[in-house]
Amino acid sequence: MSQVLHAPPQAPVPADVDLAALAARHGLSVSGARPSLPAYVRQLWARRHFITAFATAKLTAQYSQAKLGQLWQVMTPLLNAAVYYFIFGVLLGTKHGVPDYVPFLVTGVFVWTFTQSSIMAGTRAISGNLGLVRALHFPRAALPLSFCLQQLQQLLFSMAALVVILLCFGVPVGVSWLLAVPALVLQFTFNAGVSMVMARMGAKTPDIAQLMPFVLRTWMYVSGVMWSIDQLADKDSLPRVVTVLLETNPAAIYIDLMRFALIDSFHAGRLPAHVWAIATGWALLAGVGGFIYFWKAEETYGRG
Amino acid sequence: MAEHPSEKIPTVVADGVDIVYRVNGTGAGRGSATAALNRIVRRKQTEKAAGVRRVHAVKNVSFVAYRGEAIGLIGTNGSGKSTLLKAVAGLLPVENGHIYTDGQPSLLGVNAALMNDLTGERNVHLGGLAMGMSREQIRERYQEIVDFSGINEKGDFITLPMRTYSSGMAARLRFSIAAAKDHDVLLIDEALATGDRSFQKRSEARIRELRRHAGTVFLVSHNNKSIRDTCERVLWLERGELRMDGPTEDVLKEYEAFTGEKTPKPKAKTSA
Repeated sequence: MSQVLHAPPQAPVPADVDLAALAARHGLSVSGARPSLPAYVRQLWARRHFITAFATAKLTAQYSQAKLGQLWQVMTPLLNAAVYYFIFGVLLGTKHGVPDYVPFLVTGVFVWTFTQSSIMAGTRAISGNLGLVRALHFPRAALPLSFCLQQLQQLLFSMAALVVILLCFGVPVGVSWLLAVPALVLQFTFNAGVSMVMARMGAKTPDIAQLMPFVLRTWMYVSGVMWSIDQLADKDSLPRVVTVLLETNPAAIYIDLMRFALIDSFHAGRLPAHVWAIATGWALLAGVGGFIYFWKAEETYGRG
Repeated sequence: MAEHPSEKIPTVVADGVDIVYRVNGTGAGRGSATAALNRIVRRKQTEKAAGVRRVHAVKNVSFVAYRGEAIGLIGTNGSGKSTLLKAVAGLLPVENGHIYTDGQPSLLGVNAALMNDLTGERNVHLGGLAMGMSREQIRERYQEIVDFSGINEKGDFITLPMRTYSSGMAARLRFSIAAAKDHDVLLIDEALATGDRSFQKRSEARIRELRRHAGTVFLVSHNNKSIRDTCERVLWLERGELRMDGPTEDVLKEYEAFTGEKTPKPKAKTSA
């Protein structure tokens, strides 16, 4: 291609030279092109320390100006649980018929908050960090992943508070508590996948971040955070489709798995059928699908 | 072009590059809410009608940069220098044309990755990781970075949060972190203007050192003196068009005539 030069021809590139051929001859690659999927995974793996360091840094920076400092990591979830208990347990009395209502409620709130804030953070992962995206090179999936990891760390603090609550309400320690680990792994994969989907959509249309709180609140109310889905299903007043939808809702699945793991009165009979298979299916679907969906637009993130 | 003895190996090739920014919601004054709705509903059809303004920041620019060159980018404000640099780094997509590079060009700057609420020490680690250094590399260079920044000259500041630093101290630390890594193709955007006199001298020396390690250096600056000191070739961009490309002295003479400057800036620093 020729040049547009207003000044006298100082032309460094003779107009007849094919620049593309020159680049090809010396093995130059197109700047900012999207890497192949395996290469992308490798790049992401190479940045794992950045992902964890960024998540931890965000978490620590959060309360660094507060007088009580990192104590808020545990205080915030505890206060949250107290508010929900006051409204749903004391004022509305939703606890009718649910044994161990406080542990039931608090587990639900914490597990739901993990999904909710992961997705919220994912929506803003690219659009809220354009400075970073426009200044440095790294696989962009590092951002939504890092935010989800930050939420996971946050949840682990909440879980510490939860253990205290469980013990206070006399829930016995059991071997089944170990099931919390696979449940968390599955939920994290699911969250990461969904937040990568949201990150791509939010990068293209930042307005989605305004809409998400309403979507998420609706999702919360149908996920059985404050009430028990299986009791509702018992009533047989709802069409079969609705109960199936309620029971296979991924958020409800992960919440119920955690309750099953931690609360002994929440026995296996209250879980929907094939619960682990559904949980794994959702995690794989969201995790793999979300990652590929995000990667497909890798080169467009950060566009003016 | 520059005087190079042996055969020249290209590191960056720009082939008819156009860069266009699209700005939402400038609505040309009339009913911007409906325009916005229109934009979402109709997507591609009529960008103009939907109130999207196109800013053609870089127009049909071609050049070849070779290994071992230091190239200055000059031009008045808003002429597309930084935009071109970002496109070379692969951070902005090009509208037309191609940019080919050898390896991964990097912008010198980690500002966006650093967090004011964290200590300088943690920011050194975070910034290093963000630039793609390994933990071992950061550990090796940590002392070097801190010493170079001179943060600890006035007491143990590196263990304080960055928000407690003066703006000069923070700028010095940012530059020190950014300059800690060796790059194939290094892109510097007005980085020399930070810090006090003694730090400026040190950073200019560091840039020359980086240049020796790097294949190619691009420097965007409004300081003609630092362009003269660092670069032997200059690209002059004006309104997004490549107006001139040649040896530093020739281009700067024309540029200074264009901007009405007779001599290098009066407030330019003494020898560097």
